[in-house]
This record gives sequence, C-alpha cells and structure tokens, in this order.
Amino acid sequence: MTRALAALLVRDLKLAGRIGGSGALGLGFFVMLVTVVPFALGPDLNLLARIGPAILWLAAVLATLIGLDRLFQADEEDGSLDLLMHAEAPLELIVVVKGFAHWLTTGLPLALCAPFLGLLIALTPEAMLAVSATLLVGTPALTFIGGVGAALTATMRRGGLLLSVLVLPLMVPTLIFGVSAANAATGGTIPFLTPFLILIALSLLAIVIGTVAAAAALRHGS
Amino acid sequence: MWSLANPTRFMALAGRILPWLAAASAVLLAAGLYLAFFVAPADYQQGETVRIMFIHVPTAWLGLFFYTLMSLSAVGTLVWRHPLADVSQKAAAPIGAAFTFVCLVTGALWGKPMWGTWWVWDARLTSMLVLLLMYLGVMAMWRTVEDPGRAARAVSILTLVGFVNVPIVKFSVDWWNTLHQPASVFRLGGPTIHASMLWPLLVMALAFTLLSAALHLAGMRTEILRRRVRTLSILEAERLDREAA
Repeated sequence: MTRALAALLVRDLKLAGRIGGSGALGLGFFVMLVTVVPFALGPDLNLLARIGPAILWLAAVLATLIGLDRLFQADEEDGSLDLLMHAEAPLELIVVVKGFAHWLTTGLPLALCAPFLGLLIALTPEAMLAVSATLLVGTPALTFIGGVGAALTATMRRGGLLLSVLVLPLMVPTLIFGVSAANAATGGTIPFLTPFLILIALSLLAIVIGTVAAAAALRHGS
Repeated sequence: MWSLANPTRFMALAGRILPWLAAASAVLLAAGLYLAFFVAPADYQQGETVRIMFIHVPTAWLGLFFYTLMSLSAVGTLVWRHPLADVSQKAAAPIGAAFTFVCLVTGALWGKPMWGTWWVWDARLTSMLVLLLMYLGVMAMWRTVEDPGRAARAVSILTLVGFVNVPIVKFSVDWWNTLHQPASVFRLGGPTIHASMLWPLLVMALAFTLLSAALHLAGMRTEILRRRVRTLSILEAERLDREAA
C-alpha cells in the first residue's frame, strides 16, 4: 500500500511538471499578483512594506485556488479516479497523497519564493522570513480546505468559479492568522508564536477535516 | 420521524399544520410589531432607533438557527438517507440566507445613526457576513448539480464542513478584530435589558420563529412537488421517446 501511495505521489508530481500540468502556473500567477498590486496602490515603499505580508498572503490564497479545480477533475475525466477509488488503499489516504503532491507543487514554491518577492515590496529580512515561515505552515490549510471544494466540483464542467465561492469563506481563519503571525514578527503587541501556533493548528485541522470531507464527497459524487 | 419519511404522509400533515402556523405567526407578528412600535419606550440614548433591534435580534438568531437546522438535516441525509432531510436542507438554505441578510441590513440601518457608519469590521458583523457567504455557497451548490439526490449529498458535506468552521471563523474574527480596534462602541444598549423592551423582543422572536417554521414547511412542500413534477416529466419524456421509436 505504501508503494502504491508513493507511486501516486510521483505520478502527480510528474503530471504537474509536464506539459498541461499546473506546476509552475500557480507560481507565475503569484508573481503576477504581487507585481500588479503596486500599480494599483502606488509606488510608496513605506505603504507597501506595511501591507506587504497581507499582499503576499492574499496572492497565495488566490494562487492556491487557481490550480485546485484540476486536483480531482483531471483524474475524473481520464477515468483514473475510478481506479483510485477502487484501489486497496483507503480513499482518505489517496486524498492526503494527492493533496500533498498539490501542495508540493503550489504551496511550497510560493513559500520559497515569497522572500524574493518581498524584495520588490521592501520587506525587512525579518518580515520576509516570517512571511515565508507562515506560508510554509499555512498553505497546507489552504490546499486541504480547497481540496473539499475540488472534490465537490470534480464532475462539473465549470467547477472553478463555484469552487472559489465555496471555499473562500472557509479560508478566512487561515488568512487572519497567517497575516497576523507575519505582522507580529515585525513588531507589534502580540508575540509571534501565538498566532503561528494557531496557524499550525488550523493546518493540521484542515488536513484531517478536509481529507475526510473530500473523500466523502468523491464517494457520494460518483 | 420515520412515519414522516413517506412524503405523501408528510404532505398531508404539513398541509394541515401550515395554515394554523401561518395564522399564528401573522397574529404574533402583528402583536409584536404593535408592542415594538407603540408600547415599548424609546431608549434614553438611542432614541427611536432602538426599535430596529426588535427585528434585528430575532433575524440574527434565526440566521444562525437555520444553519444549525441545515447541518442537522445534512446529518440526516448522509447518515440515515432520510428522504425528507434533503428537502428540509434545500428549503432551509434560502430562508436562513434571507434572515442573515435582513439581520445585516437592519444592523447597517441601526449603525448609520448610532455609530455614524453603515458598516464596521467588527467581529460580530464580520462573522455574520461570512455566514451569509457560506449560505450563498450552499445555494450555489444546489443550483449546479441537477440530480436532487446527488446534489443533497454534495451539499451535506459542504454544509457540515461549514458547520465545523463557524466556531473557528467566530474565534479567528474575534482575535483579528481585537488586534485592530478596541471593542468600545460595541456595547448594545447596556448590560441588561429592561422588561419593557424584553417582552416585545420575546414576542417578536417567537413570531419570527413561527414565521420561519411556516416558510420552511411551505418551502419543503414546494420542493416535494417540484421533485414530483421533475420525475413525472422525465417519465413522460421517456414514454414519448418510446412512442417515437
């Protein structure tokens, strides 16, 4: 069973990296959003530095949403979802592996790239580190909350828009704690660790609830 | 509960209860509105605007209540496959959304003269807004899946995930708000509410509850009829198809 799950992980990573995959697309969208924001707000570096963590987090939320609609839909279309559902491994574990692969190709690159984009919006080194750290532990929550929406809309032709409407309200807590942890690191009245630990808790909770709910949605959808 | 699983029996029973329920809610609503507008005193600080509260508070309560009702029905759909649970879920969503919306609108109308602004990003307001967004998501989901049984199961999962999230949203929004602004303005009226205002409020709350129950029953009846029409038209289309072949 472990070998099957490892094979699934490798397959999803390969698919994301090849032509038609969404591997680098989310990252590109993230870079675009961060680049576009200063055009709307003006080139004032003080302002950008102050709202920088918020910009990066908002961009991360939107970039995560972009790739999510294909998480199960692509497998549903070519029939491999049926095979996965009849596999020996429990569907919940399959969902975890697929979510993890999705996170490796979207959430992780976003977290790693955030410091470089931080340069554009004049973040201090501490702030860059904090944004990266919060994105690293917070994006799994985004992926797995979004995974529920992806499973619910797997069989729909135009699921992407509905997916965003369904899951964005559920991402509010992650956004709040992600941004407040990043802000706390650069000064403020609250210690960095408090919101950071809550953010980790939200991610763990999302992995559990999101997995069970997404698996249930896939079972009931077919 | 199980004897009602038969939609025909439910239709008969609900049809008998509905007029009484509607009449009772109309009478209570009239009495409540009279009490709220003519009997209850104006607040010494808020003046006449305090009367908005008599509509605002019951709708806020029902907005939350209907999400709970929807979640309980969702459990009924997923666990027991109770045929009426689907129907109850579907009928509850727009009613709950409407109450939440009325709550937000009356809150804004009260906020303008009292706080000087239609909207503040206060924790309580924000979590009601997120609740409304979740209702809208649920309603959007109902509208995208054509088969009612499959739609019900998909919506159930969404509703339950949302239900788990409501306390988390509440908690995080509280945290977020205390970070940004102190809670100084947001003390409604005072620590306790005087009996002259409490009674109209309770009557209004009861009236709105009965009204929502009547709306819910009527909505369920409509949904059952809609499903019958759907089934009949599918059967008719199949018959025509056979005849043509």
